[in-house]
Amino acid sequence: MVSWPTIIKDKQTRASANAPDFDALRESFTWDDARQLLDGLPGGGLNIAHEALDRHLADGHGDQVAIRWLGRDGSRRDITYGELASDASRFANALAAQGIGRGARLYSLLGRVPRLYAAALGALKAGLTFSPLFAAFGPEPIKARMEIGEGNVLVTTAALYRKKVAAWRRDVPSLKLVLIVDDDDVPDGCLALEPLMAAASDQFEIAKTGAEDMALIHFTSGTTGRPKGAVHVHGAVVSHAATGRYALDLKPGDIYWCTADPGWVTGTSYGIIAPLVNRVTMIVDEAEFDLERWYGILESERVQVWYTAPTAIRMLMRGGKEAASRFDFSNLRFLASVGEPLNPEAVVWGNEVFGRPFHDNWWQTETGGIMIANTAAMDIRPGSMGKPLPGVQAGIVERDDKGLRDCAPGEIGELALRPGWPSMMRAYLNEKARYDKCFVDGWYLSGDLAMQDKDGYFWFVGRADDLIKSSGHLIGPFEVESALIEHDAVAEAAVIGIPDETAGEVVKAYVALNPGFEPSVDLERDIRGHARKKLGAAVAPREIIFRKALPKTRSGKIMRRLLKARELGLPEGDISTLESDEK
Amino acid sequence: MKPEEIRLVFLEELTRVAPDIDAADVGADDDLMEDLEIDSMDFLNLVTALHKRLGIDVPEADYHSLATVALASKYLAARLS
Repeated sequence: MVSWPTIIKDKQTRASANAPDFDALRESFTWDDARQLLDGLPGGGLNIAHEALDRHLADGHGDQVAIRWLGRDGSRRDITYGELASDASRFANALAAQGIGRGARLYSLLGRVPRLYAAALGALKAGLTFSPLFAAFGPEPIKARMEIGEGNVLVTTAALYRKKVAAWRRDVPSLKLVLIVDDDDVPDGCLALEPLMAAASDQFEIAKTGAEDMALIHFTSGTTGRPKGAVHVHGAVVSHAATGRYALDLKPGDIYWCTADPGWVTGTSYGIIAPLVNRVTMIVDEAEFDLERWYGILESERVQVWYTAPTAIRMLMRGGKEAASRFDFSNLRFLASVGEPLNPEAVVWGNEVFGRPFHDNWWQTETGGIMIANTAAMDIRPGSMGKPLPGVQAGIVERDDKGLRDCAPGEIGELALRPGWPSMMRAYLNEKARYDKCFVDGWYLSGDLAMQDKDGYFWFVGRADDLIKSSGHLIGPFEVESALIEHDAVAEAAVIGIPDETAGEVVKAYVALNPGFEPSVDLERDIRGHARKKLGAAVAPREIIFRKALPKTRSGKIMRRLLKARELGLPEGDISTLESDEK
Repeated sequence: MKPEEIRLVFLEELTRVAPDIDAADVGADDDLMEDLEIDSMDFLNLVTALHKRLGIDVPEADYHSLATVALASKYLAARLS
């Protein structure tokens, strides 16, 4: 299995890591110790915004740059910890002036703009729950998430509002306030944020939240049913502090660039909270991926710690080593990757091009923070996700009649975790049964198949279910199928992920048509266009295949697994429940 | 090929990759990613389609030359001549 040579860390690299002796730290670590990395609220309690901002001001770091924002147009803006704390307070006061306070839920639907950070932290400061939405989602995923989470406030742009929200606004009565960050031409029923901010005080008394109070909702997809809202609490910040330090090797004052979109959990946990709590300077680039722009940012901003994703790394690789050779990456100290397993070629390529290997790590929306990682002092086995972090107990298990059985080293099973770390989800919103199903015999079951080698490294194998991982986004086939069958021509739909060398997987759909419709190139495009409008490009199928009928079980369930096996030329497995086959 | 033909070919391939886009609504200076919500996978598919259609291999370093219809038409015309 281990065909790639291990990347051995030298003495100096080991010694300068935040966790120079990883095994010793794992032995001695307790989450109570990790709480000492934080201050807590004066007078008791815990609030993410206090740990991310206010305490640094009290310690005299108000003038340090918190966000170095790079505009799409080439502009550049520094926001200090002091300014960001003031903006967060103004935002909290602006909400209060509109009668919005503790317990309300605020959603963001924004790209990487400065106001996003003030809104997220201001909401947390005011004791609201913050939930980020992916701005590339189409109207349907946005509406579904707003309904499930019963959002009260939305912060967005005029263009995104008109395109993705206005049409269904009235169907979601919980949504009381829509704040528009770009204030020219504010749509009806919305308020411009800037005048409210300008009129608000920059002093706000932070909500006295406790460690178990709800702070964040991150939505994730299921194989069946609607998206699930994973609930995280203010206490999660203990995990963010510790994992930022040990998994990403963040040191105060570092220049750090997390390329993840703020609409997903990585962009919040490691694009807002962990870096600010660890008092680094974050690079925030408004623009989308561009090869030369990215290399240029690494060089000119002197990035030291870089957290990115396999799809982006593979796109850099497509550009070739020569494209990178003109740039100076000598400031880079630590490179990490998450979103889907990083192939060994990419780990080694990083070592050749940047002089540092990529450190893959593993976690999920539900875990709230990094669980298994290749850390700075650890030798890397390319292709492995690394070892469980201090405070994390992971195992490989198999479900059988009696419950769970531990798998031996080298045996493939489901990756499981012992609950108890601070950023573990506390619930799926209003879905107790689905939440309870994640836990068996005192383990949290991740749904990922993996194996552990005899030296304790974990290796990803695949998903245990039908979920699709495309460009790091977890996509639920059910949500895509639901949008497809809303098209007049579509009677049935089945959606699978097929391997792709850049995106990991891409979404492919099989559809059976209603009477009166015939397969054609135009119809394929029409259905795909429909799905893209509803779902957004990241979620919609890239390809649609017509079938007369789809393979189904006796109970009428479409067998996605069988379609996938046939697509990939794999054994069909157990088809005893197959009632009617595809045609 | 005439500049107008190149523009139409580009629009045709763009709307084949992203059929949610109506060619008639696309402004010459609309940014494919920012304004038309083409994502990076769409973009790679578009580059592949242009290669098939026009025989032009667009290297990664030139991707920004395809950022808008106006830029892409100019770039493709230069590459074809």
